[in-house]
Amino acid sequence: MPVEPSATAGAGKTASSRTMISVDRVTKSFGSGNHLVTALDDVSVKIRENEFFTLLGPSGCGKTTLLRLIAGFELPTSGQILLDGEEIGHLPPYKRPVNTVFQNYALFPHMTVAQNIGFGLEMQGKPKADVDKTVQKMLAMVRMEHLAGRRTDQLSGGQQQRVALARALAPHPKVLLLDEPLSALDLKLRKEMQIELKRLQSETGITFVFVTHDQEEALTMSDRIAVMDTGHILQVGDPKEIYDRPARRFVADFIGDINILNAEMTAVKGDVGEVKLASGATITARLSSASVQPGSVSIAIRPENVGLCGVEDAARTAIGTIENAVYFGSGTNTHIALDGGGTIVARNSGETGAPGERVGVILPDRHLQVLID
Amino acid sequence: MAEIADTALSDNRLADAKRLHEARATRTRRFLLSPAILTIGIVGLFPLTITMIYSVLSPGTYGGVTWELSGEAYIQFLFERDIFDDTLTFSGSYLQIYGRSIGLAFVTTIGALLIGFPTAYFIASKPREQRNLWLFLITLPFWTNLLIRTYAMLLIIRDEGIINLSLMGIGIVEQPVSILYTDTAVFMGLIYSYLPFMVLPLYASLEKLDFRLVEAAYDLYANRLQVLRRVIIPMAKPGIVAGCILVFIPGLGAYITPELLGGGKHLMIGNLIALQFGSSRNWPFGSAAALILMAVVMVALLVYIRNAGKEGARHG
Ligand SMILES: Nc1ncnc2c1ncn2[C@@H]1O[C@H](COP(=O)(O)OP(=O)(O)OP(=O)(O)O)[C@@H](O)[C@H]1O
Ligand SMILES: [Mg+2]
Repeated sequence: MPVEPSATAGAGKTASSRTMISVDRVTKSFGSGNHLVTALDDVSVKIRENEFFTLLGPSGCGKTTLLRLIAGFELPTSGQILLDGEEIGHLPPYKRPVNTVFQNYALFPHMTVAQNIGFGLEMQGKPKADVDKTVQKMLAMVRMEHLAGRRTDQLSGGQQQRVALARALAPHPKVLLLDEPLSALDLKLRKEMQIELKRLQSETGITFVFVTHDQEEALTMSDRIAVMDTGHILQVGDPKEIYDRPARRFVADFIGDINILNAEMTAVKGDVGEVKLASGATITARLSSASVQPGSVSIAIRPENVGLCGVEDAARTAIGTIENAVYFGSGTNTHIALDGGGTIVARNSGETGAPGERVGVILPDRHLQVLID
Repeated sequence: MAEIADTALSDNRLADAKRLHEARATRTRRFLLSPAILTIGIVGLFPLTITMIYSVLSPGTYGGVTWELSGEAYIQFLFERDIFDDTLTFSGSYLQIYGRSIGLAFVTTIGALLIGFPTAYFIASKPREQRNLWLFLITLPFWTNLLIRTYAMLLIIRDEGIINLSLMGIGIVEQPVSILYTDTAVFMGLIYSYLPFMVLPLYASLEKLDFRLVEAAYDLYANRLQVLRRVIIPMAKPGIVAGCILVFIPGLGAYITPELLGGGKHLMIGNLIALQFGSSRNWPFGSAAALILMAVVMVALLVYIRNAGKEGARHG
């Protein structure tokens, strides 16, 4: 599925550059001895005030663990967590100005919608009049006024989601943590809630830390994304950076479709490298890190950036034979077996050749990225 | 046309088949229920009927009853009849026994709840594999006869028992603390006997408690005490109610424990009833006392259930 980084990401209140959460060299292990599981391994990340920050990664990579550490449900094995400049590692959850929207919502079944939303304020010891006022405001904010007196087990999934959001936002925390809040909703509702979440975030100005394993969701909603794998944060950047300039093979693979070619890097010149392709052509590709050494490397290019031309065209980087062309509505994916080995997919909206036809392939330098494994 | 007729026909057949199926299901249900109904009928209703009949007859000289209708048993419960001039004067001595029994059963229930709740919570928070072991330990006393367990209790709390010997050994007290043959002893014995009846239903409801709700409450600024009061206890309410009923009712009618540990000095309802069928040889009064106890329990339960129902309706 083609994924466009959202142009609207970061719209509304723009994130300031002040750090709200600082996760500093945090390691979290569970169990001991043979059963030791390291869920987070020396993770550091800074999350800014007012930003919509997303933790993206496959199942089991440690996203929930990181959220639970920030919320205070778990204590780090080592390292520290600062909230608004203050060490909070030792504080229990009820003393942290941080609220969570749980994956399964965890609404109190023995309370009404309004009682659920007011719970946090009530526990903070706010006067009843204030609680009622804020609850009304929150109900209006998530458009649930008409269901204030309902028991929560009589609500639809989307409605429960809204109550969970309102309940967590009511005490106006400094940070809102959301653990895959949309994963239980169907596609249409999910799209609606994505927009709703963005609206709530810019209206309230609260820092959102959002967990998902859906890369499209991450790209459309986030100000910045941290891509995680097996207890590590691999790359942090805004959606465009993550999409256009994946630093590592895992990030490139995980987000969108991408071609990865084996090549030989012959020289490093500043932030670009001179790379010799299997076809014999020499190109320059961007380096994501200065630590890449000449030798065999992987280079990546998005299918939509691969151009096609005639075999004799001077602009061509390589030549290949079309294996097949798959039409998917808004365009065509052309699979090409390159002379000298490897296959590449080109995505375009125009005409492509028939299987068996010979074509020239253009790999523009500015879209080529050298990956770290 | 033919098609429409066909559909109608098959609709009919379908309805027939459905009806047949339902009838069969009803019959199966009745069949499966029959052992329960028979048991309740034979061991429950039949003796109850006899008790009711006995309570309105006259006592026989050597126990048993004579077939002579009389309301004397119920009158006797509240009044004393003068042997010479047959006048009735109000007497609260039996009411007092009921009052003390209810009080003791109530205190026992509260005590069992206070001890049982943390116990059940502890077991429910253990890893699943370990819970069965803990539950087994809770039910372990059931493997020994209640009489024997009560005697064991007696040995422990008597003046020369372990408790007093160790207290004197350490030098905390000079003289043994007399516990045996007091209300305290009965209270301790009752709690000991009925604690499992409190722990088991509490465990059953705490085990179902979604721990994520507890986390959600912590997250929303509730401290430990508030989490307990606002989330855990409301969610465990069915277990609390069941446990309290299971301790209160048998506690009210307890016989062995007050007899042995109370030394028969302070009568409880159970001992009063037993006495009527034994040395007092007043079966009708024993029957009436038993029925009055049952009525008290039933009224209490009905009031409770009505209130609980209302509360449920208010939530709904
Ligand atoms: N309480 C725990 N005890 C033992 N291991 C745990 C515990 N919690 C998490 N883990 C392990 O830590 C790793 C990270 O788990 P975590 O729940 O953070 O993953 P996740 O990224 O949220 O995955 P998902 O997308 O499936 O929710 C996993 O290997 C998991 O098995
Ligand atoms: Mg998770």
